[in-house]
Amino acid sequence: MSTTGTSRGTRKVEYLVTRTPQMGMDGRPTDVPVMPLAVEPELLGEHMLINIGPQHPATHGVLRLVLELDGETVVRCIPHIGYLHSSFEKLGEYRDWNQIIPLTDRMDYLAPLIYNCAYAMSVEKLMGVEVTERCKIVRVILMEMDRIFSHLLWVGTTAIDVGAFTAFLYAFQERERIYDLHEALTGARITTSATRIGGMMADLPVGWTDAMRHFVDTLPRTLDEIETLLTHNNLWIGRNQNIGVISAEDAVDYGLTGPNLRASGVPYDIRKDRPYYDYETYEFDVPVGVHGDSYDRYLCRMDEMRQSLRILDQALDRLPGGPINVDDPRVILPGKTDLMSDMESMIHHFKLVMEGVRAPVGESWFSVESSKGELGMYVVSDGGSKPVRWHVRGPSFINISALPKMVEGELLADVIAVNASLDIVLGEIDR
Amino acid sequence: MADKDLNESLRDLESGPRTSEAPGDGPRGAAADASSHASVAALRAKFGDAVQHHTVMAGDEHVVYIARERIREVLRWLKDDAAHDYKFLIDVTAVDYGGGRPLEVVYQLWSLTHGRQLRLKVTLPLSALEVDSAVPVWNSANWLEREVYDLFGIHFHGHPDLRRIMMPDNYAEGHPLRKDFPLRGRFSRAEQTRRAMEMDLEDFYIPAELATAGMKEEAPKAPAGVSDASAAAASEPEPGGIRTPNDPDHWSLGSEDSGAGGASAPEGVDG
Repeated sequence: MSTTGTSRGTRKVEYLVTRTPQMGMDGRPTDVPVMPLAVEPELLGEHMLINIGPQHPATHGVLRLVLELDGETVVRCIPHIGYLHSSFEKLGEYRDWNQIIPLTDRMDYLAPLIYNCAYAMSVEKLMGVEVTERCKIVRVILMEMDRIFSHLLWVGTTAIDVGAFTAFLYAFQERERIYDLHEALTGARITTSATRIGGMMADLPVGWTDAMRHFVDTLPRTLDEIETLLTHNNLWIGRNQNIGVISAEDAVDYGLTGPNLRASGVPYDIRKDRPYYDYETYEFDVPVGVHGDSYDRYLCRMDEMRQSLRILDQALDRLPGGPINVDDPRVILPGKTDLMSDMESMIHHFKLVMEGVRAPVGESWFSVESSKGELGMYVVSDGGSKPVRWHVRGPSFINISALPKMVEGELLADVIAVNASLDIVLGEIDR
Repeated sequence: MADKDLNESLRDLESGPRTSEAPGDGPRGAAADASSHASVAALRAKFGDAVQHHTVMAGDEHVVYIARERIREVLRWLKDDAAHDYKFLIDVTAVDYGGGRPLEVVYQLWSLTHGRQLRLKVTLPLSALEVDSAVPVWNSANWLEREVYDLFGIHFHGHPDLRRIMMPDNYAEGHPLRKDFPLRGRFSRAEQTRRAMEMDLEDFYIPAELATAGMKEEAPKAPAGVSDASAAAASEPEPGGIRTPNDPDHWSLGSEDSGAGGASAPEGVDG
């Protein structure tokens, strides 16, 4: 895919495929003769109610959809959520600031490090803690890595939902390498819990950056292969083009963010609009679609992976040495040597272990661009070691609320395809 | 001795509401200079007294407290006025500081054209947890307000579909994110299990769906807060009170076989 850059760094995804003329506006071939309906007249206009889920492989978790059908056309779609509800926000009110981090990666287990980082960043903003340069760049690397991690899962499972199996295997083979990188860094494959207020649980292990570099160098080949399998594939085009269309105005009105919004042509990316961690100094583009359909969402995500690779490449180049944790006894435990020899360090250690980090009275809203869209973390503190309120603005939660708008009037089979193209994760929707 | 501490802390975890230790009406922050944010200055000029308080949090986050009666008007103006153009309603949530203090509804806005953020808040006393819905202004408010309704019990007037969203539709223990709600719920585990086992078809489908399926005769009675939110709010015994399935504002599902618990509180209620 070639790029046409603009001053702001946004660009249109370029179509190597011209939309095939024999496809009608509904994405189905127009030269197929329509059979006359041979239905008994009293059955016409009869609506049927069907239930999909909550245990259904194509709903990507425990989503339940109740559909009212007229024949095969969806008249009404009512999503039911909450089957995975664990009230993380309530649990957070009983835990101190650092103990909430394990809750965050259980929300979006497809991109756990983005959630770890976003939460730590919101508390650091509230406390006025500025993390070290190395920590910033390490977090950028981890967040971009998990963006690829999540998009790879998306392309694999979406391909399966519309019947293409091979892309799934290719994508999961690459995800396995990111699992290994997670495991080398944190000891866990999914529930990473890697960040701490003021830094990271641990610095990068020896050899990790080389493995990361190797991943960055070799992933494009797999992406090329996946695109060869899908982009020009007639079935893929037929199942995705002009399906689940949402206009730019509607997308903003329904609060869509992330690739779902950008596929409709709105270039809103927090990394560009409200840059954090020096994202303005990295060279990357924001892919923007035109039609707002499933196919454009696919193109945007594939291109975003390549842009993430560009960011990773630059971040690995500029990764400095130095400490990963901020030198601030309010938030970071003192070293073992200091602890044993220095009275003051011992007092700090005692306070941090017994009481935990204390945030000042106030509140903070911080949002990052997660793989799914705008991930906002809202923390309210009363000066204690536990939050009064910790709220997560989950991008999937808002994105899935636009599903009825996108599928009403489409066919039943397209509900699965559109739902897949939204890239939802139920852990974060239900929280 | 250690066991005693453990037991005490466990009891605290189960029953003790964690209320905010901050004094006064929660951390409102010192008044900020209105000229530091273009939209705040314009809001003050346009709406006058409806803009109650303006403060800056965490360095650069402008928070404006708006009078409850005018919130929808303010939101609509902020969205439609070209000089502000807050086309994006990013979030709606609420904060409970506990200890009988008023709840706050929080609106987070983003202007795509001007690149500006603004946070609006509405303060709601516990005696009147109701506010105008933002759904007529933004469709994205739909699920967000349902979530606030479900977890905090705040009624949004004019919301087209105010149902529980996270908790089951027949959930009778209250609103989980309120500070007076114990972490493990109000009912005993046995009662919770009994209720889960007793769920039937009508607990899994909303009345509109049952009507479509031909399992209910006519259009169902609207759930609480939909058709006449003020009446529904008035019929609630007290904000945050436990709703039993026999309450008039719980969906009347036609059948009378749910009368096992009678008019009294259901069995097995803890505390």
